[in-house]
Amino acid sequence: MTVVFDGIASGMLLFLIAVGLSVTLGLMNFVNLAHGAFAMFGGYVCVVASGRWGIPFLPAVVLAALATAALGALLERLLFRRLYGASQLDQVLFSIGLVFVAMAIARWGFGPAQQPIRLPAWLQGQVHLGGLDIGVYRAFLVGLGLAVAYGLHRAIGVTRFGARLRASVDKPDVARGMGIDVDRVFVVTFALGSGLAGLGGAVGVELLGLDPSFPLRYLVYFLIVVAVGGSGSIPGSLIAAILIGVCDVAGKYWMPQIGAFIIYTVMVVMLIVRPHGLLGRK
Amino acid sequence: MTPLTPTSSDRAGPAATVDLAPLRRAARPRALEFAFWLLPVAAWFLFPENLALLTQIAITAIFALSLDLVLGYAGIVTLGHAAFFGVGAYAAGMLSAKLGIGDPLLGLVFAAAVSALAGAITSPFVLRGTGLTRLMVTIGIGMMLFEAANKANDFTGGVDGLQGIEMTPLLGLWSFDLWGKTAYVYAVAVLFVVFLVARHVVGSPFGLSLRAIHMNAARMPALGVSVDARLTAAWIAAAAIAGIAGALLTQTTQFVSIDVLGFGRSAEILLILILGGAGRLYGALVGAIVFVTLHHLLADVDPEYWQLWIGLVLIGIVLFARNGLMGVVDPFERLLARKETKR
Repeated sequence: MTVVFDGIASGMLLFLIAVGLSVTLGLMNFVNLAHGAFAMFGGYVCVVASGRWGIPFLPAVVLAALATAALGALLERLLFRRLYGASQLDQVLFSIGLVFVAMAIARWGFGPAQQPIRLPAWLQGQVHLGGLDIGVYRAFLVGLGLAVAYGLHRAIGVTRFGARLRASVDKPDVARGMGIDVDRVFVVTFALGSGLAGLGGAVGVELLGLDPSFPLRYLVYFLIVVAVGGSGSIPGSLIAAILIGVCDVAGKYWMPQIGAFIIYTVMVVMLIVRPHGLLGRK
Repeated sequence: MTPLTPTSSDRAGPAATVDLAPLRRAARPRALEFAFWLLPVAAWFLFPENLALLTQIAITAIFALSLDLVLGYAGIVTLGHAAFFGVGAYAAGMLSAKLGIGDPLLGLVFAAAVSALAGAITSPFVLRGTGLTRLMVTIGIGMMLFEAANKANDFTGGVDGLQGIEMTPLLGLWSFDLWGKTAYVYAVAVLFVVFLVARHVVGSPFGLSLRAIHMNAARMPALGVSVDARLTAAWIAAAAIAGIAGALLTQTTQFVSIDVLGFGRSAEILLILILGGAGRLYGALVGAIVFVTLHHLLADVDPEYWQLWIGLVLIGIVLFARNGLMGVVDPFERLLARKETKR
């Protein structure tokens, strides 16, 4: 059972990072392979803030999310918005280019080594819950993931901003005609997606590690979550992330000889059975 | 839309309204092309010390040509093309290392056949989805093969690579020498043959239908073209060519490393093709020449900056130069074409 819980926890972390991609790629239809670079940025901000400046862990995480959101908004204004109407290939190439640049900058600024992070005392240790030994940090990840999933699902499905966003994505011209400031909606949404990546990257340093190759190493995992979950579906991403997390941890635990093979198999099978993802629209 | 009924009496029928002259002109080899193919000959005399690097360029060019068929012409965006390169590399390697058959040409044919088979098996999965799903399936297939090769230690050698590959002399006449002379001539000859085949295919009605599918996939069934059948054929052909490139790498280096299947190789070959210019065969060749040469020159200086420059170049190409390096030729070509029509 501990294996399953660990799987759920790492799935939740995966969800936390990937849900931002579900917003930018799923809702805004931008194939953003640079998503991991935003998560890496959040991770570095958190490490610097808590390690060098001595800011406590939680404020450092919030700072990381805000800083990443600001970076996302800036890059959206400068670069990403030029490619909204572009072909998928252009978006793939552009964002891969961005990943390379981000990796080079990270190596230049922080060196190729893993960045250490010290979790606060209240996140260390274990608790006993119904006969299970559960790491507090992992329980924290699960709680945060559920909170983000619920909040985002409500924000997109119920609020006025969510309605504006869905309208802007589906028919930008009509949305403009209705007086919606589509450009602003997109900036805010992109900042939201990037901020979530920064948040996930910051809390995930302990589990995933942090070094300049981070964006490429986990890129495929993030994409799997969005593709398997179904474009733009928050519950779908949640289910997919947990599925991948459990398969990954359980596979590595019980069948180490096939290892990562299992995830890709799961993904390809899922995509063949349901090409639009678990809960995809269309 | 123009009305289908003939508007003037001098037209014999609908067939007469199609002007095939531009296609016939494109099929004729041009003077510039002859000049281009003198380059590998000149390189032989100019850089006798760097034949290994030049062989790399030729192999990369074959691989890029293969990607150009599926991406540039058929319009299938793939980030898993190294799968077929790797299958070909391992097929050629195992034929020699496990079965003791070291004939290079036989190995090439065998690798192409195995890769084509791999293409035939994967094509229904790849063609099933569209957009992101298709991209993810190509990545997934590539990663699955990588992990399989990684774990099947006994067959592939895993991360240590496949060793014990020995090549018998080419055609029984020329053995592979230490300076790579035979390897270079062999690789360039294969590249030339592959290029001729690709050039013929691209200009054929089949090749034109691929381009048409790329432009408007919904309209082609209405014209009596089976989209899936054409794309499957293109996918398998490209897989076979990628396999040939992989086999060449195995045969000229007598070693197979696990990164022949890596994600990095898939991304790199995409970059090379885009750099040169996708959707034109010379784009693949020019991209391979420029990329491999620059990599060789700059990787010594500093690998970090190499990555930074690649990233900046990619962003720059997407934002400002959609046609890659070969796009530079476009204005001149238009000028030439105008002259020819005036005559």
